Amino acid sequence: MFGLSRTAGLSQRMAFARLSSTLAFVETTGSKITPSSLSALTAAQELGKPITTLLVGPHAAEAAKEVSKVASVDKILVSPSEKYDHYLPEQVSPLVASLLKDSDYTNFVVAASTVGKNFLPRVGAILDLQPISDIIKVVSPDTFVRPTYAGNAILTVKSKDSQVLFSVRSSAFAPVELKDARDVPVEEVPYVEAGNSAEFVSEELVKSERPDLGSAKIVVAGGRGLKNKEEFDRLITPLAEKLNAAIGASRAAVDAGFCDNSLQVGQTGKVVAPDLYIAVGISGAIQHLAGMKDAKTIVAINKDEEAPIFSVADVGIVGDVFEIVPELTAKI
Amino acid sequence: MSSKIRILLPVKRVIDAALKPRINKAQTGVESAGVKFSINPFDDIAVEEAIKIKNAHKDKVESIHAVSIGPSKAQDILRVALAKGADTSTLVDVKDQEVEPLQVSKILKKLQEKHNSNLIILGKQAIDDDSNQTGQMLAGLLNWPQATNASKVKINADNTVEVEREIDGGVEVVKASLPMIITTDLRLNEPKFVTLPKMMKAKKKPLEILKVDDLGITLENRLETIKLEDPPVRQGGAKVGSVDELISKLKELKAI
Repeated sequence: MFGLSRTAGLSQRMAFARLSSTLAFVETTGSKITPSSLSALTAAQELGKPITTLLVGPHAAEAAKEVSKVASVDKILVSPSEKYDHYLPEQVSPLVASLLKDSDYTNFVVAASTVGKNFLPRVGAILDLQPISDIIKVVSPDTFVRPTYAGNAILTVKSKDSQVLFSVRSSAFAPVELKDARDVPVEEVPYVEAGNSAEFVSEELVKSERPDLGSAKIVVAGGRGLKNKEEFDRLITPLAEKLNAAIGASRAAVDAGFCDNSLQVGQTGKVVAPDLYIAVGISGAIQHLAGMKDAKTIVAINKDEEAPIFSVADVGIVGDVFEIVPELTAKI
Repeated sequence: MSSKIRILLPVKRVIDAALKPRINKAQTGVESAGVKFSINPFDDIAVEEAIKIKNAHKDKVESIHAVSIGPSKAQDILRVALAKGADTSTLVDVKDQEVEPLQVSKILKKLQEKHNSNLIILGKQAIDDDSNQTGQMLAGLLNWPQATNASKVKINADNTVEVEREIDGGVEVVKASLPMIITTDLRLNEPKFVTLPKMMKAKKKPLEILKVDDLGITLENRLETIKLEDPPVRQGGAKVGSVDELISKLKELKAI
């Protein structure tokens, strides 16, 4: 079912010769495609060109099977070297640059995750190209829309570069659908020698029973109004559990140590656009609004009726979060 | 190779973080007349970290050179960096021209060469264009290791540097030898205010002014602004008086 053959790859490439195409980087956790990469693939589709995906690292070959479930993918490149584990930018960038150089790829697409943001500009510098960060809309293969000034200004920008590199804000694009595994040509690309690299020492990921913040349908977020970590956990967790929601937080809550900083929603944290966003004890500073104002429905629970969060909330309730949230959790 | 650390500290002058930008009538940029500008908050954290490193490793850190690329008014933020503890500074005066990250990193590469810097600390992103690119691009041009989104920096006795980075889902630690590039995240430190006497003293510290031509660079931006617009305005809805009303409203909106 799965043609790992170099000749298939070659004939495919012949077929695409002189045709412009897109190279899309797919980030994986184990063999699973990350939700943000699924969204980036949707943006890649909107360019309307044949799509080649690139998978790197020890799980690349397994993950190729998963990528073959994406109907719009024409070809899969895998580079399974251990050196690509943890997506070190010094390692990944030379590989991507070598694939793009003198190729017929007119676009390179990556999710605006911490991985994508880390290596995309480095690739741009190597190739003397100016990437476009965090796009929210594809106008054409050289023109994109992206937010600037913490989402207070929406910029439409056109690139004059011969190859246009961009990262995709995942909350702005629905994830691409996974269907049945297909017979997609898979080609292995060798490791590309990298120069000075940082080395990976360790990582500490926050284990959570809750859905992923970036792709959850419902987000329950807490702010400074929750007073301390104990109250944050006592109020926010049961409500999130009841709604099968992800947990988020304002910067103030993170800085005060109520929760881990990977839960921060805002300009400098995660940008989310769930169907429902419940802001508990969050005043709604510009920084925070930049991360959630594209949610379909926003609910604000805050004791201060002047809080700016109420100017964006579809439903607001003024009152004591310590009374309202437990009552809401009980009745929902 | 000397084991001394020479820090390069790029800082950007941006519209103050507390202000909401106003887009001009021509939809080409934001109004800057009469608007308060400040040092980019992430760069302020970079300055603080450079000073912290210098104070903790007095025998090792030879110099801190701050640099800004911007209008002549960007001298103000260089003075702030000098007041906080930078030794010398350069302003690359580009008047009111916007300079893209790729061009900025090319200019910074020239300055790195000039000052023989081996540690460059930048903010992870500027709060105006929100690109989050310059540090990575400069690392690419120099072919140096990079540690972005730093929340902790440790300089070891053997001059290796360990950086805790904020990543999606948690933190990661990477290690590299100098020379290297670090970009700062919010939780790296809390910048202190500068005192007036220090500001006065900083006036005596060196501030060199260059033009891009002096560095042998021609600015050539690659991205053309088609338009800049206000985001769609979100209409706040009604407030409800009770949890029951809240729940029925959410059901009405099909949100639950």
